[in-house]
Amino acid sequence: MTLLEEAPPVTTAAPLAPAARLLPALGAVYRAQLARAKVSRIPLLFVATFQSLGILVMMRGVVDPGDNPAAHAVVAGSSVLVVAFVALNLLAQYFGRLRATGGLDHYATLPVPPASVVLGTAAAYASFTLPGALVTAGVGAWMFELPWAHLWVLLAVVPLAGAALAGLGAACGLLAPRQEIATLLGQLGMSAALLLGVLPVAHLPEAVRWLRDLLPSTYGVEAFARTFTASPDWAAVVGDLSVCAVVGLASLALATRAYRWATTR
Amino acid sequence: MSDTDRLAPGATPQGGLGGPGQHAPQCCTVRDLAKTYRTRSRGGATEIKANDGIDLDIRCGEVFGLLGPNGAGKSTLVRQLTGLLRPDRGSVQILGHDIVRRPELAARLLAYLGQESSALDELTVVMAAETTGQLRGLSRAQARAETADVLTELGLEPIAARPLAKLSGGQRRLACFAATLVGERPLLVLDEPTTGMDPVARRAVWAAVDRRRAERGTTVLLVTHNVIEAETVLDRVAVVDDGRVIACDTPGGLKALVDGDVRLDLVWRTEAPVEVPAVARLAERAERTGRRWTVRTTPEEARELVAAVTTGPAFAALDDFTLATPSLEDAYLKLGGRHGGLAK
Repeated sequence: MTLLEEAPPVTTAAPLAPAARLLPALGAVYRAQLARAKVSRIPLLFVATFQSLGILVMMRGVVDPGDNPAAHAVVAGSSVLVVAFVALNLLAQYFGRLRATGGLDHYATLPVPPASVVLGTAAAYASFTLPGALVTAGVGAWMFELPWAHLWVLLAVVPLAGAALAGLGAACGLLAPRQEIATLLGQLGMSAALLLGVLPVAHLPEAVRWLRDLLPSTYGVEAFARTFTASPDWAAVVGDLSVCAVVGLASLALATRAYRWATTR
Repeated sequence: MSDTDRLAPGATPQGGLGGPGQHAPQCCTVRDLAKTYRTRSRGGATEIKANDGIDLDIRCGEVFGLLGPNGAGKSTLVRQLTGLLRPDRGSVQILGHDIVRRPELAARLLAYLGQESSALDELTVVMAAETTGQLRGLSRAQARAETADVLTELGLEPIAARPLAKLSGGQRRLACFAATLVGERPLLVLDEPTTGMDPVARRAVWAAVDRRRAERGTTVLLVTHNVIEAETVLDRVAVVDDGRVIACDTPGGLKALVDGDVRLDLVWRTEAPVEVPAVARLAERAERTGRRWTVRTTPEEARELVAAVTTGPAFAALDDFTLATPSLEDAYLKLGGRHGGLAK
């Protein structure tokens, strides 16, 4: 159809515009996601916090207050549950929706490293959870008569457990063949974090304990729970947080691969 | 100096109306592009050819259109050109780069406006544009400055602080278009950019496109099924049907295929007066949509038909009639488009 009017070809390749670099792009995604939160995430954050506060009230009926492992587990588990709700469940839903509606095309047609999109979004979701986790831990410590002295450990627990859970959530959302399956996986993950994190370990059957060891949020819960004792075993706390960090790196790497896969099908 | 000033060295501004001419360098070359989807159903695997042997030559500085009905394969083609979808076979060269082999380069050569805004929906207009600019490789300060310019250019300042999700469809589309313009690219790929826009917004879009073309030699690939828009803004158009390019020419050139013919539309008040011999003869060949009959014919016959239906019982039954020169839609039908017209 163009035989009669063949245009001369471009002799040399045109220069390419620079690609976005990892950290500035990560920062841009992070800021945009935080701004999104102002519009749509705040109510959900309240839901996440109230859910955990409700669980604290419920468990107060069956668990004695004071310095005992069950009380430690309940308070630590409820606090980390806020992280699981937002970072795992909501992030799985977000990426599931983005993939299903073609929103991923927007990012895939920008010269941005996949890690910037995944890490920036995951970091933003994890940050939303910090206030809720702190409130839950504070109220829980008061209800179960536990010391407030080491609540600051949450500042390490939330980003590390958040990284691990957000990576899993993002991977679920990006790999799920349908949006509903992404939602289902997010809900299941959060239910697992709820049941395996909040219930005291001593009461769980052996098989469930193995399952519990596989869940990345467990190590965040354990690290935080250890700090409620009279003299915390800081080496064990650091050990648990290190596991969280390693799992976090692995799950974020998985999410980045999932993003690449989802955008270049 | 912006990226675009360095890019597209041969794309000298043409100025005024009309395209860049036949000797402008090639911006995008597509050869023998094909993609088949395999879907599994109960009856076994079925194959759907999304496109099959597409050839395209888009010159630097032109506004090139892909015209075709829904499901014709336009979006598949655009996804292949933007590096989102790997073709089964064939080649895509954009400004000298092989996009099939290195799809990730597409993002550094073109800006893409897709049909979906879900990635930006919960952001404010200014945040959506600024973030997109930064992800297109601009520094934060550059992105901020370019965003301010583009929002002014498109008249989006009054709604700059509102989230996209709370805007009307047309305003949201314009905001997404603004995001597409932040971080200059020598090629803009716009998939139905003006859907849902009012005339003011539409004019803002085409003015922005024209300005970039005149100042920087920007090339535009426009996907549309809006015939009127295609006729007014495109330099050349490829008509896509069933995954193939069935014609490629200027809108005028395509219309020349049906040159000499005119289109007569008759709208009857109720039933057509088939007892009138001229109307009875017309009944056999007119394309009927409810009370509307459309017939494509020679000007001489059209004159006779108009004379026949504007007198006596036929005129009494006639609600309205129009006699028009052919449109791109008529050309599409003449070319053998199988979807009964373009605009749905």
